[in-house]
Amino acid sequence: MKNFEYAAPRTEEEALALLAQRPDQTAVLAGGTDLVPLMKKMLVTPQRVVNIKNIDSLRGIHAHSQGVTIGAVTTLDQLLEAPELEPYPAVKQVIAKLGSLQLQCQMTLGGELCRRPQCWYFRNGYGLLGRRGQLVEQGDNRYHAILDNQGPAKFVSPSRLAPALIALGAVVRVAGPGQQETTVPVERLYRTPKDDHQRELTLSPAQLLTHVLPKLSQGTLNATYEVKHGTGPQPPLATASVALELDGSGVVRSARVVMGQVAPVPWRSREAEEVLVGQRIGYELAELAGAAAVAPATPLSQNQYKVQIAKTAVKRAVLLAAGLETGGL
Amino acid sequence: MAKLDWPQQGKAALLGKRHDRIDGVAKASGAARYAYDILEDNMVLARVLGCPHAHCRVKSIDVKPALKVPGVVAAEALKKPGDEIQWQGDLVAVVAGETEGAIAEGLAAIKVQYEVLDVFAQDDDLEAAQKAKRTRRAGQSTKLERDIPDEVEDEEAWEEQELQRLFKECDKVIEGQYGIPVITHMCLEPHGSTCLWQGDKLIAHLSTQNVSGTAGQFAGPLGIPATDVTIHCDYIGGGFGSKFAADTWGVTAASLAKKLGRPVKLMLDRDLELKNAGTRPSGFIKVKVGVDGNGVVKVWDSHHWGTNGIGGGVVSQGVIPYVFDPPNRRRRATGIRVNAAPARAWRAPNHPQGAVLSQCAYDDVARELGIDSYEVFQRNLQRVSNGKTEVYREQMEIAAKLMDWKAKWHPHGKGPRNGSVVTGLGMALHTWGGAAHNSTAELKIHPDGSVEISLGSQDLGTGTRTVIALVVAETLGLKPEQVKVNIGYSTYPPSGPSGGSTTVGGVSESSRRAATAALNQLLDKVAGKLGVPAARLEAKDGRIQDSQNPETCISWKDACSLLGMSPLVAKGEYRRGRTKTNLSSSQVAGVQMAEVAVDLETGIVRMKKFVAVQDMGLIINRKAAESQVQGGVIMGIAYALFEERILDPQTGAFLNAELSDYLLPRLGDVGEIVVHLYEPPSEYQRGVVGLGEPPVISPGAAISNAVCNATGVRVPTLPLTPKRVLDALAKAQG
Repeated sequence: MKNFEYAAPRTEEEALALLAQRPDQTAVLAGGTDLVPLMKKMLVTPQRVVNIKNIDSLRGIHAHSQGVTIGAVTTLDQLLEAPELEPYPAVKQVIAKLGSLQLQCQMTLGGELCRRPQCWYFRNGYGLLGRRGQLVEQGDNRYHAILDNQGPAKFVSPSRLAPALIALGAVVRVAGPGQQETTVPVERLYRTPKDDHQRELTLSPAQLLTHVLPKLSQGTLNATYEVKHGTGPQPPLATASVALELDGSGVVRSARVVMGQVAPVPWRSREAEEVLVGQRIGYELAELAGAAAVAPATPLSQNQYKVQIAKTAVKRAVLLAAGLETGGL
Repeated sequence: MAKLDWPQQGKAALLGKRHDRIDGVAKASGAARYAYDILEDNMVLARVLGCPHAHCRVKSIDVKPALKVPGVVAAEALKKPGDEIQWQGDLVAVVAGETEGAIAEGLAAIKVQYEVLDVFAQDDDLEAAQKAKRTRRAGQSTKLERDIPDEVEDEEAWEEQELQRLFKECDKVIEGQYGIPVITHMCLEPHGSTCLWQGDKLIAHLSTQNVSGTAGQFAGPLGIPATDVTIHCDYIGGGFGSKFAADTWGVTAASLAKKLGRPVKLMLDRDLELKNAGTRPSGFIKVKVGVDGNGVVKVWDSHHWGTNGIGGGVVSQGVIPYVFDPPNRRRRATGIRVNAAPARAWRAPNHPQGAVLSQCAYDDVARELGIDSYEVFQRNLQRVSNGKTEVYREQMEIAAKLMDWKAKWHPHGKGPRNGSVVTGLGMALHTWGGAAHNSTAELKIHPDGSVEISLGSQDLGTGTRTVIALVVAETLGLKPEQVKVNIGYSTYPPSGPSGGSTTVGGVSESSRRAATAALNQLLDKVAGKLGVPAARLEAKDGRIQDSQNPETCISWKDACSLLGMSPLVAKGEYRRGRTKTNLSSSQVAGVQMAEVAVDLETGIVRMKKFVAVQDMGLIINRKAAESQVQGGVIMGIAYALFEERILDPQTGAFLNAELSDYLLPRLGDVGEIVVHLYEPPSEYQRGVVGLGEPPVISPGAAISNAVCNATGVRVPTLPLTPKRVLDALAKAQG
């Protein structure tokens, strides 16, 4: 990696001030599990790196009357062990199967949400859209998007926790630029870029993701099912996170179904949600939800198989959330 | 007199038992220093610039801007204008500097202009390769029971007719397509060295499988005599056949060090390692086999293709069909030139591909006829290429028992289904040479009783040091920790490169010979002291004793004190083909069986159990031998289920040249592995045979066959990823 200026502020204010000076040439460092490889490959060449891991206010898990607030630099192993997160198996199931103890202990929640895509054309220096999508479309797209892939963006959103947090209705607190502060639903952190000037993350370089707040009414069933090729830390082939509110008789009152690794953004499936609402969870209903979730899929030349896998992920996530046997390996 | 022959089976004090490695703690604790760990005073780092294009011509190259970067101490072009580059990552320039940051900026500052040329990267697509004029014939050979009649002029046409006639005589003709892609070596320690000069003499701390054989490769290009080069490698972080040479980057480090007057460390980055430093050739095959009603193959006709990189070589036709040797066969091979670096030897060159390309077809015979795969393999053992019919038969019986094959077997695709999960069994068998390589060892017994042995060998990580210590200790009646083993320097007596499972035989030969010769000299001295003829003396349990009256004895230490002032020195030398020997031999068999579970909804294959039955002649260290087999099986599971090099079809870019994208199994993916070392007296008496390659050969075929048995569908090409499994299932369902 190239030489860079390094700063390790102790407060949010200091960090924001450091970001504000040259936002486009500044990178935020937390666990470094994504930034460091990107810098080593010179895909990201910041003049300044701002390490936010020493900022106390960004650390830790605090339960309060509205739920839980999680600092952005809290590491994933801390989340896994936190009793405050017992109501969110959808989150813990992902971390438990991350496939690398080192990553579990090093990766931060904020960093995980802000990972850059693993698309190999991007990682090999061909840009996020790879010649306006042509490289992916005519190249090796076995791991690429099966939904929302008709524009130039065909990579898949890399975050494994975003689908779960979106299903849980989480919001993030965003500080900056300067004194500003906003709250944004996790869903809105992501977008499908339309051209090379757009990033897939909506945060501006002068902004800092400071906290994550899952919102969930008591007793909501939730789960994540990831289909992984092997137990290692490589990205899953497709994932689904589901949150279900049931009424007293076991009928689904509301449902959120969010798929991961299938589109340039975490993909919320209203189709699957509609199938679930008003019904009782069972094997056939879960199957129908899976089928509905992938009905709009438009697979590329080599990723037809991901349709089947995404369908299965949704089905099994629904079953898992409801406490039923998922089957499978 | 001490006898050279190995002790009788069951009589050895150390050999054949389970021993920890003498360097195990150093390796596990991080104390062991690999080439990558070498730090010299005043050292500079160097890195190379890889070409971004898979096929291009260099129009211009300017390294001067790099020299302006503070901290950069040298920048040199490794290509010149007009040079044609044939693979992405080929080395274009090198920069040495004080810090990694300076080097990175220096590399980025180098200005190269390329003329981009046409790329071909699809080694699995024969038709596309032919269209692109990227193919070349790589041999054809036909063997038929009937001789060609004298009057025939067009022999190929006659052979074609004869094959058609033979196929018509068969009860069933089965056709199949199979494939195994290019994989890399993925040495955890990449290729490279730290080079420093002491006056006119070069010391290269090199990550190498070839300590005794690389000095000349440095000396030639540097224009110095080989006597001025010392190669040093105490530990190597993986080689697998890719680290026999000094390589461009080694010579570059040495010449930079000379020019700068400072030590230079140049290790390849991970992506350049994978792009330059070795791959295993791919193989894809179309097979037609004719069988009788029992599944015995009578006719084999195949055409295979694939690539070994830009040279356009392919898997040797000599391994097709593999192990089995049907009475009539024709095999053809076509090489494809793709824009990729040349392949290097990869653990058991040609054999894993041979096993997959052949024995999947034999398993499809079982599937088509509805016969137990075990029966088909057994019935075809009548004709095998290495004459080991009976060894295979016994090994299959042992493996089947360990797998509980008979109880678990079901016809292909007809097993019980547990939700979306099905299970299946598959097997394969293999062969390898493993003859000892040339090796010379020098053994010293010091008057204080200490013992050291020196040879220019290397430990690939498989326990060579321990093997040498055990052989010497066994011979001298000592404990392994009493033997100091000196390897890893080219200044020691030469020993062969570690490739092709040749090391254990080679170092056992030379060590046993050196230790026996030394002991006999010592026994001569002791004979006078004890008044017992040397011929009756033996070394045992730390003493020299009268074999007929063990109470007449002298301790090892006291015996050595008879040497006076100077150490006793003896040499042991083994030359393949010239030295008459009972200590080592060659040729092994080996049978492996896999049990897998397949999730039909996700295409995920999970290893349940794997059984490996392996012969290797006489076992030196049982624990290391078992580890060796376990390691081979795990490496086999890796290429069966995970690994492949992925080249972009349009640009030729090596898309997954990082550990984050190049899939490998974790321990959680390998399931239960049962190793059975097959060592009846008939094997023990053969002496030592190498074990490195054999266990990695069969897993691809055995696992593919198990997945086919589970699902009833052949997934034609490895690795058996969820994509390939689901695609095959979808195709089978129409």
